[in-house]
Amino acid sequence: MKKEGKKPKIKQKFNKGENISGWLFIAVAMFIFAIFTLYPVISAVITSFQKYKPFGSEWVAGRNYLDAVTSSLFWKSIKNTILYTAAVVPLSLLLSFAISVMILPFRKKTQSVFKALYYLPGIASGVASAVVWLWLYDASPSGIFNRILGVFGMSSQNWLSSSKTAMLSLILMALLSSHGSNIIIYMAALHGIDNTYFEAAEMDGATFMQKIFYIVFPLCKPTTLFLLVTGIIGSFQVFMNAYMMTGGGPDNNTTMVGLLIFNNAFTYGKYGLACAQAIMLAIVIAGLTMLQFKVMGDDVEY
Amino acid sequence: MASGLYSQHLNNRKLYYIRQVILVAFLVLFAVVSLFPIVYMIAWSFGPAIESASTSYSIFPKVWTLDSYKAFIDYNQYSLRWLLNSLVVAVFTVIGNVIFAGLAGYAFAKINFRGRNVLFFMVLVAMMIPYQVTQVPLYILIVKQFKMTNTFAALILPSICTSYNIFLSKQFFSSIPTALIESAKIEGCGQFKTYWLIVLPLSKTILAVMAINTFLSSWNNFFWPFLVTSVDKMFTIQVGLKTFKFANGTLLSPMMAGACISAIPMFILFFSLQKYFLEGVTVGAVKG
Repeated sequence: MKKEGKKPKIKQKFNKGENISGWLFIAVAMFIFAIFTLYPVISAVITSFQKYKPFGSEWVAGRNYLDAVTSSLFWKSIKNTILYTAAVVPLSLLLSFAISVMILPFRKKTQSVFKALYYLPGIASGVASAVVWLWLYDASPSGIFNRILGVFGMSSQNWLSSSKTAMLSLILMALLSSHGSNIIIYMAALHGIDNTYFEAAEMDGATFMQKIFYIVFPLCKPTTLFLLVTGIIGSFQVFMNAYMMTGGGPDNNTTMVGLLIFNNAFTYGKYGLACAQAIMLAIVIAGLTMLQFKVMGDDVEY
Repeated sequence: MASGLYSQHLNNRKLYYIRQVILVAFLVLFAVVSLFPIVYMIAWSFGPAIESASTSYSIFPKVWTLDSYKAFIDYNQYSLRWLLNSLVVAVFTVIGNVIFAGLAGYAFAKINFRGRNVLFFMVLVAMMIPYQVTQVPLYILIVKQFKMTNTFAALILPSICTSYNIFLSKQFFSSIPTALIESAKIEGCGQFKTYWLIVLPLSKTILAVMAINTFLSSWNNFFWPFLVTSVDKMFTIQVGLKTFKFANGTLLSPMMAGACISAIPMFILFFSLQKYFLEGVTVGAVKG
């Protein structure tokens, strides 16, 4: 869009036919957009300043925001979200990058097979995979993770209901079930690197690791940044795993922002508070998105 | 191609093979670890329909039966209807998105009308807004004002034309040469005819990608169906599976059977349309 702005400023002429057909083409989409996106966003902003009542809500100014920031649970949920994000996103990127580099020397067919295999776990719904992982984390010695501990002579853990391991369990689950698309995107980036870079490096006698560090890393930077920011944004909104696996417990140790907002809205009916918290979340996400655009600049074409 | 990264051992066949074997070993190990939950799910779905918690059970079932599928289906008289509900919702959501988001994307890309940039900018901004912001007003609108609880309309309408799909199709249509569209116009095609006869045939792949992604996310959506359905009859399979899980926390095999029933249709879809799935991942991401 930047490039369009650089055009010489001539007053744009619109042709009547184009105007009419343009509006006809977008009519239904914009009607749906207005009702199911635009109105809810505006309404959320208004609701965040109100105490919701079925017939005429009461205006409470900044009360909901004040309630949000003075609640210790809110800060705890932010701490949990950051902890979860800081563990899952970078590790998942590193893992995906390593796997993509390892897939690279194989034939196209083999590459596709591996890509498909790694992508498969992401196809199952959050509910189905939560149901399965609940059993993998079964607290009895028959649970798979406890069997693994048993092999190393360690005693069984209450994976999901002990405050020591609950968060770790959610992190491990995320790491092992959500790398498929990262791998595919990294593969695309790796295939985009021109071979001449490596040929030149070879003439200079570069080792494999040197090629990785001085050629592949810098050239994959835009991809990494993209995956990092989208990963963080996605992770900030995580809801399913905590809701299905731990219910936020024990002692709110796995309550993350997504679950907190859900509970405030649909368990306690505090719509105003939930909207205020959601808007704060949206502001953080908007900030991250801006940062992404700023850092990436012209590297990436949208 | 970045094969130059691996030029080290090309002149020594033995070393080359050892390297390839080590790499494959790592990749297979990782595949086994990440696929294990799926294997576990499928294997145990054929286990016996008895309590498993607090007794010890093996890694894989010793007796293989279909009892657990029967147990899951018998759990609720609407169990199979949940699948049908999910299918109906997903199909209509896909049709809506392909038609309306496609048309809007084309208009934003190729028709020069008043208000185009402002409106498209709004769509872009909307994509960045987390769903937590809109969930409460949307819930109040659909449930309290429109009183649409337990209807297909409530399940389908809010996602019948998403901002993301408008964006996606706009990105694609922008890459179609304008000259092609101009020449169609010179031949006497109207806007709609141009779209239908010239542009759509060129866009089968992107529309397929869009359809598949939309189908998958609609099928897997738990949150919204959970909010707008309160009677068993209108549950989608995800909501039904969640209810089953909370009611029968100790039945390992029937739970796995339920998970299989919800996940296997998507696995089949994935294996039959793999190319579009994998393309769909990169299409929304970085170009080049």
